[in-house]
Amino acid sequence: MRHRTRWRSAWANVGALIGTLLLSGSWTAAAQGAEPIKIGFGMALTGGLAANGKAALIAMQLWAEDVNKKGGILGRPVELVYYDDQTKGATVPGIYTKLLDVDKVNFVVSGYGTNLIAPAMPIVIERKLVFPGLFGLANNEKYNYAGYFQIMPAGPRPAVDWTATYFEVAARQTPKPQTVALVGADAEYPHNALAGARENVKRLGFKVVYDSTYPPNTVDFTPIVRAIKALDPDIVAVYSYPPDTAGMVLAAHEVGLRPKMFGGGMVGLQFASLLTKLGPKLNGIVNYDFWVPEPTLRFPGIEDFLQRYQAKAASAGVDPLGHYLPPWAYAYLQVLGQAIEGTKSLDQQIVADYIRKAEFDTIVGKVRFGSNGEWLQSRVLQVQFQGIETTDIEQFKQPGKRVVLYPEKFKSGTLIYPYSKAKIQ
Amino acid sequence: MVSLDLLANAVVAGILLGGFYAAVSLGVSIAFGLLDVVNIAHPVFVILGSYAVYVTNTAFGLDPIVAGIVFTPVFYGIGVVVYRIYYVSFEKKGQESLRGLVFFFGVLFIVEVGLTLKYGVDYRLVEAQYIGESLRFGPVGIALRLLVPCVVAVLLTLVLYLYLAKTFVGRAIKAVSQDSLALRLMGADPVKVKDVAFGIAIATASLAGALLIMIGPVEPSMNREYIGRVFAVAVLGGMGSIGGTFLAAVIIGVAESLTSTFFGPSWAVAVSFGVLLLALAVRPAGLFGS
Repeated sequence: MRHRTRWRSAWANVGALIGTLLLSGSWTAAAQGAEPIKIGFGMALTGGLAANGKAALIAMQLWAEDVNKKGGILGRPVELVYYDDQTKGATVPGIYTKLLDVDKVNFVVSGYGTNLIAPAMPIVIERKLVFPGLFGLANNEKYNYAGYFQIMPAGPRPAVDWTATYFEVAARQTPKPQTVALVGADAEYPHNALAGARENVKRLGFKVVYDSTYPPNTVDFTPIVRAIKALDPDIVAVYSYPPDTAGMVLAAHEVGLRPKMFGGGMVGLQFASLLTKLGPKLNGIVNYDFWVPEPTLRFPGIEDFLQRYQAKAASAGVDPLGHYLPPWAYAYLQVLGQAIEGTKSLDQQIVADYIRKAEFDTIVGKVRFGSNGEWLQSRVLQVQFQGIETTDIEQFKQPGKRVVLYPEKFKSGTLIYPYSKAKIQ
Repeated sequence: MVSLDLLANAVVAGILLGGFYAAVSLGVSIAFGLLDVVNIAHPVFVILGSYAVYVTNTAFGLDPIVAGIVFTPVFYGIGVVVYRIYYVSFEKKGQESLRGLVFFFGVLFIVEVGLTLKYGVDYRLVEAQYIGESLRFGPVGIALRLLVPCVVAVLLTLVLYLYLAKTFVGRAIKAVSQDSLALRLMGADPVKVKDVAFGIAIATASLAGALLIMIGPVEPSMNREYIGRVFAVAVLGGMGSIGGTFLAAVIIGVAESLTSTFFGPSWAVAVSFGVLLLALAVRPAGLFGS
């Protein structure tokens, strides 16, 4: 009799355990034990975008370290599976096919940049995958795919919203500037940005007096700057990649270009390599950015992240500041991780639905996506370089050198206007 | 109505740009034009020169031009070694055409990857007092970071021209491109002459690299952007003509500058290559080719 009671008690315990596991939803996790949740991606580790790609990878590895230190996600460690896309769009479809069919990853996220996200889109759409994107401009405009989420805070209409803030700042000046020169490289990002800029120029009632593109391998920018100077525009908006950005800034300095506002969408003015070489020549430039060390943008976790990133960056030969891309590379995995935790599921559809509806706390602030997977509201900053007297890197880690002018919520200083006034300080 | 000020500035900027193109192309002109060695890796040696200058400028504050000159013997040595490997592996066996091309592709990628592994992929710039400053002569402004490379390129062209025209080894280099058998009969070893010539070609890359990193930021994979342009300059100038290379570079520089200023920069490269095609239609051997 006692024997039967013991058996009954044991069966009851087993039943209770199964019931608890089923109810708590952790049956799958327990069954799979310590098998990692694999997150796959291609990343530009060589080629033209490798400087950013490598920096992004460091950030992503820091995220994986942090998550695993806390016990993983759903009790499972996370594992990053990645390949070098060589900054070549042609390699991307093969990489994602391998990640999904051979490596059997649970989730994929994008590599860095518009040109390398675009070739992955047909694959993720066909397989109905959730697809967090890292700094692609308007990649989902054509597809309107429900599983795509872009961490870059360009806003619901990326090309237009990206460029809007620069012209919004200009339109608030008294007397209002009238004429605009638009110039950018013959490449994907500048083309998209120029299209957006034209729309904003029209909306805000400016008049375009110069509108041109240049080949990406242009060596000397002084003829371009002289042609612009000859037309004497009030605003000069430049959409360029780092080598052209340096060329444009130096040429503007040499030629004596003095519009009322100069800047806009110059990629490169967020990185230490250009900042520390251009130094005081940057004063007065108003340019986009996504995060700068101003008091209005000190989100929880960002400073700790940057300290750890900066410790690794020197040996990796990447941007020692890490203000531009790395926090966002960390944040887009935070979004994915929080969505998996929030849904307690690895189902692509369930996770995608959750990301579309929820708000996420990340090191770049609160993140919420709109219906097309872009940020619900643009948070493209316009910052002005002020009071730069040397080429020392330490100054760019302090507030007051890249003052936030827009949006109002994050404003940390006032615009020195016109551009020439900031130049002579 | 074309502004005369703008025209003068565009022409001056074009000449300065042409000077830089000449400095980058002179090595190709020697290797490709005089030695018949299709060294498509030349631009990567220019980038290597940029990094050598970057390291010394950052560590010791050495002026970029001085650093470029200091490294020329090292680059000369690299050139001799590379040519020897090429000669033993391909030219001696008569396999230089296609396999030689693959060899230089290999060299290009090895140097590029080596630079990436050592220095990463971030953009590198140098500092010098004159970078970012300019001189004014009436309405004409001259950027010093373009003027200095142009002056250096003129001097480099002159030195090479005089060396090839006036010295025994220089004349032997010219002779080896015309008839290496006759040179052998004169008692000179064509392979040793080619060693020297290829060494000089690569040594020019050290200076060209210094000029490149003065003008703008550099990263390892940038070399590919220059392959088309340097070969275009060498071909337009006339294979192996040092003076022709300089003139061709200035023509392309001025064509690009005028187009950028008056018709929009997106046409600049197309127009300069259009000039090349037109010139070759009239003179298939190039401006000073025979």
